[in-house]
Amino acid sequence: MLELRAVCAGYGTFQALFDVSLDVKAGEAVGVIGPNGAGKTTLMRAISGLIRPTSGSIRLEGTDLAATPSHRIVELGIAHVPESRRLFPRMTVEDNLRMGGFAPAARPKFRQQLDVVYELFPRLRERHRQLAGSMSGGEQQMCAIGRALMSAPRLLLLDEPSAGLAPVLVEQVFDLVKRIRAGGLTVLIVEQNVQQVLRVVNRAYLLKAGSIRATGSAAELLATDTIREAYLGV
Amino acid sequence: MRRAHPWIGGAALVALPFVYRSPYPLHILVIILIWSFAYTSWSVMGRFGLVSLGHGGFMGIGAYVTALAWNYGHVSPWLGVPLALVAGMVLAAVVAYPCFRFRITGHYFALVTLALSGIVLQVITATRDYTGGSLGYTPERYHGGSSLWALQFSEKTTWYLIALAVWAGGLYVWYRVDRSMLRYALEAISEDEDAAAATGIHVTAEKLKITVLSAGMTALAGALYCQYQMFISPDTVSGISVSLQMVFAVVVGGIYVSLGPTIGAVITILLAEVLRISFGTRAVGWDNLVYGVLLVLFIVFLPKGIVGSLLDLRRRVGWSSS
Amino acid sequence: MNPLAVFDIFLLEALLSGVLLGGVLALLSLGLNLVFGVIDVVWICYAELIMLGMYGMYYLYTVYHAPIWVAAVACIVSVGILGVLLHVLVIAPLLGAAPINQLLATGGVLFFLQSAATVLFGIEFKNLGLRLPVLKVGGMFVSYSRLLAFAAALIGMVLVYLWLTRTYTGTAIRAIHPFVGLSFGPITFLICVLGSLGNFVGGFVAAFVFAEIISVGGLYLDLEWGYVFAFAFFIVMMFIRPQGLMARRS
Ligand SMILES: Nc1ncnc2c1ncn2[C@@H]1O[C@H](COP(=O)(O)OP(=O)(O)OP(=O)(O)O)[C@@H](O)[C@H]1O
Ligand SMILES: [Mg+2]
Repeated sequence: MLELRAVCAGYGTFQALFDVSLDVKAGEAVGVIGPNGAGKTTLMRAISGLIRPTSGSIRLEGTDLAATPSHRIVELGIAHVPESRRLFPRMTVEDNLRMGGFAPAARPKFRQQLDVVYELFPRLRERHRQLAGSMSGGEQQMCAIGRALMSAPRLLLLDEPSAGLAPVLVEQVFDLVKRIRAGGLTVLIVEQNVQQVLRVVNRAYLLKAGSIRATGSAAELLATDTIREAYLGV
Repeated sequence: MRRAHPWIGGAALVALPFVYRSPYPLHILVIILIWSFAYTSWSVMGRFGLVSLGHGGFMGIGAYVTALAWNYGHVSPWLGVPLALVAGMVLAAVVAYPCFRFRITGHYFALVTLALSGIVLQVITATRDYTGGSLGYTPERYHGGSSLWALQFSEKTTWYLIALAVWAGGLYVWYRVDRSMLRYALEAISEDEDAAAATGIHVTAEKLKITVLSAGMTALAGALYCQYQMFISPDTVSGISVSLQMVFAVVVGGIYVSLGPTIGAVITILLAEVLRISFGTRAVGWDNLVYGVLLVLFIVFLPKGIVGSLLDLRRRVGWSSS
Repeated sequence: MNPLAVFDIFLLEALLSGVLLGGVLALLSLGLNLVFGVIDVVWICYAELIMLGMYGMYYLYTVYHAPIWVAAVACIVSVGILGVLLHVLVIAPLLGAAPINQLLATGGVLFFLQSAATVLFGIEFKNLGLRLPVLKVGGMFVSYSRLLAFAAALIGMVLVYLWLTRTYTGTAIRAIHPFVGLSFGPITFLICVLGSLGNFVGGFVAAFVFAEIISVGGLYLDLEWGYVFAFAFFIVMMFIRPQGLMARRS
C-alpha cells in the first residue's frame, strides 16, 4: 500500500533522513521505533507531505506522494495524527473534528463520520462543546485521533500517541489502536514505548540517526540484542 | 439575523435622509459609511490573524484606477470600478501568494504588506505627470451635473443610499464568511498552520481566497471614496498611514464582531472631526496622537475592542436574550 | 586633474552617501541584535523615544538657547521618565502577547511619538539636523552630518560591544542619526527585520544594499522611485530567504 524507496529529507541544509526504505501493506500495523532525534517525526511529515523529500520516492498504491500537496494526500486516504497532538486549542472539540473532515470529498459524510468517532470515543460526545485546549491530555489525544479519523482514511499515521500520558492512559491508547485496527484500518505508528507498541504491530522498523538499522516482525525485534539492551533494559 | 432589530435599524437608516437632510451631518455619515465598509473589508481577513498593512495600497489602487480610467480612457466607472477591483485583487494575489507559499506569517506578513502600501503610495507620487502626485487628483466632472453613466451625483442623499447599500453589502459578506467552512479553515490555520495542513486544509489557497476577497472589497471602498469626494490624494487613500488607520479603527471597534469596524469608524471619524472643528489647523498631529494612544490602550487593555468587550460583559452579566 | 573624474561624480556621491547611510543602518540593526539577542520590533519604541529626546535637546539648545547642560539634563530626565512609563504601561503587559500585537502597539507608540514631535516642535522639526556644513572631497560633497552619524554609529557599536548588558547604548546610536524622514518611519521596521534575517552578514549586506538602492535610485530617478525599489527589495528579500525566516520563527 505505502512504499518508501531511498527517501532522503531534512530541514534546510540539515539532512534528517538518509535513504529510508519502508513498506506498509494493506491491513497491516507497522511500527517505527528509535531514539529521540532519530527522524521518526520527519519520516511521518514526509509521508503526509508536510515536508518534501530531497530524493527518493514515496508511493501510495502507485501514486507519487512526493509530488502531491498535503491536502491532496489527505484526500487520497492518509490521515496524520501529529506529534504532541497539535489540536486547535481555541476551537471546540466538534469543530476540531470538523476540520478533520474538511476535504470536499469528506464533507457530505460529516455527520456519519462524526457518529463513528463518537461511537469510538463516547467521551468526545460528552465534551463536544468544550474548547479542545481545556481538555486533559488523554482526552486531547482522543480528539486528535478522532480528528484524523474524520477524513475516513485508509492509512493512519500515529506519531507517539502515548507521549506524555499516565501509564493507565498509555494502556488505553494502545487498546484503542487495537480497536481501530480491528476496523480494518492500516496503521503506521511511531513510538518510544517499544515494549507496548511491539505488542500491537505486526512488524516494525528501527530508525536511528536517520536510517533504518533493523526490521522484522515484532517477535524478531524483541529478540534483537540491540533493541533489548537499548530500549527494554533487559 | 434571527431577530428583528437589524431590519428595523436598516429601515431607519434608509429612511433617515428623507426625514433629515442637513448636508454636513449627511456628509459625515457618508464618509463614515465608506470608511466603515473599508474597515469591514480589512477585518474580513484581519480577524483571522492575517494582519495586512497593505490595504492602504488596495484602496489607493481602487481610487486611482477608477479616476485614471475615467479621465484618460473615458471609461465609465461602471467598467472602471470592476477594473479597479480586479487590479487590487491581482496585486493582492501577486504579493500574498509567495507570502503564503513561503509561510511568511504574523508580523513578517504585516511588514511585507506594509512595504506594499509604501510602494503604491510612492508610485502614485512618482508618476505625478499622470496622477498629480502628492497634490492630488480629480476625476473630470461630467458636464457639471449628475449622471448615472459617470457615477457622479450632486445629491448627497443619492450618495448616502449608495454608501449605505455598499456598507450593508460589506456586512453581508462578513456574515457569509462567518458562516462558511472558509471561516473554520482560517481559524484552524491561525491557531496552528502545520496542524491545519495535516488535516487536509489547503493552507495557501484558503488564505489567498480571503485575501483576494478582502483586497477587492477594499479597492471598491477606494473607488467609492473617489467618486463621492471627486478628489483623491495619495495620502488620504493610500499608503502606510491609511493601512494603520484601518487597523486602529478595527482594533478600537472590535476585530471579532461584525459591527466592530463600523463602531471603530464612527469613533475615529467623529474624533477627528471634533478635533478639527475645535482646534482648526492647530489640530495637525493631534488626531494621530490620540489614535496612537487609543491603539496602544486598546491592544493592551481591550484587545477585543469596544463592541467585543461589551458583548463579553453582557454574556457575563447574563443579559443575553438567547 | 581630478583622478576621480573618470567616474560620474554624482553617482560616486550617491554611492558614498549610500555607504554612510548603510553603515548606520547596518550597525544599528547589528547593535540592536547584540544587545537584545534577537531583534524585536518592540525595542524600536525605546529607540524612537531616545531619538525624540535628542531632538528635544537640539531644539532647546538652538531655538531657546538653553545652556547645553540644562537641555541635556532636562531631556535625559524626561526621556528616562517616559521610558519607564512606556515600559510599565506598554511593553511589560505585552511581552507575552502575540508578536503581531506587539507590532501594532509599537506602531501606535511610533505614531504617538511622531505626532507628539509634530505637535511640540511644529512641522519644521523635520528639517532639523540637516543644516550641518558640507565637506568637499575630490569634488564630491559629503555632508558632515552623515559622516558624524557614521562615526557615531561606529563608536556606538564599540560601546554596545563592550557593555553587552541591558543598556540603551545600542538604541542611542539612532539618536544622532540625521535622516529624519527615515527615522520616524516604517523603514526602521524593515531594516531591523532585514538585519535579523538568518545571519548577521546577510543583514549587514541587506542594510547596505537597501541604503544604496535609496541613494542611487534617488539619483537617477526621483527619490520616490528609490523608495519603491527599496520596498520591493525588502519584499523580495523576505521571499528568497525563507530559511532565515523559518529559523527565526520557531
Ligand atoms: N523544523 C526543524 N528544523 C530543523 N531541524 C529540525 C526540525 N525539526 C526536526 N529537526 C531535526 O531533525 C532531526 C530529526 O528530528 P525528528 O523530529 O524527526 O526526530 P524524532 O525521531 O521524531 O525525535 P523524538 O523522538 O524526540 O520525537 C533532529 O535532529 C531535529 O533536531
Ligand atoms: Mg518525533
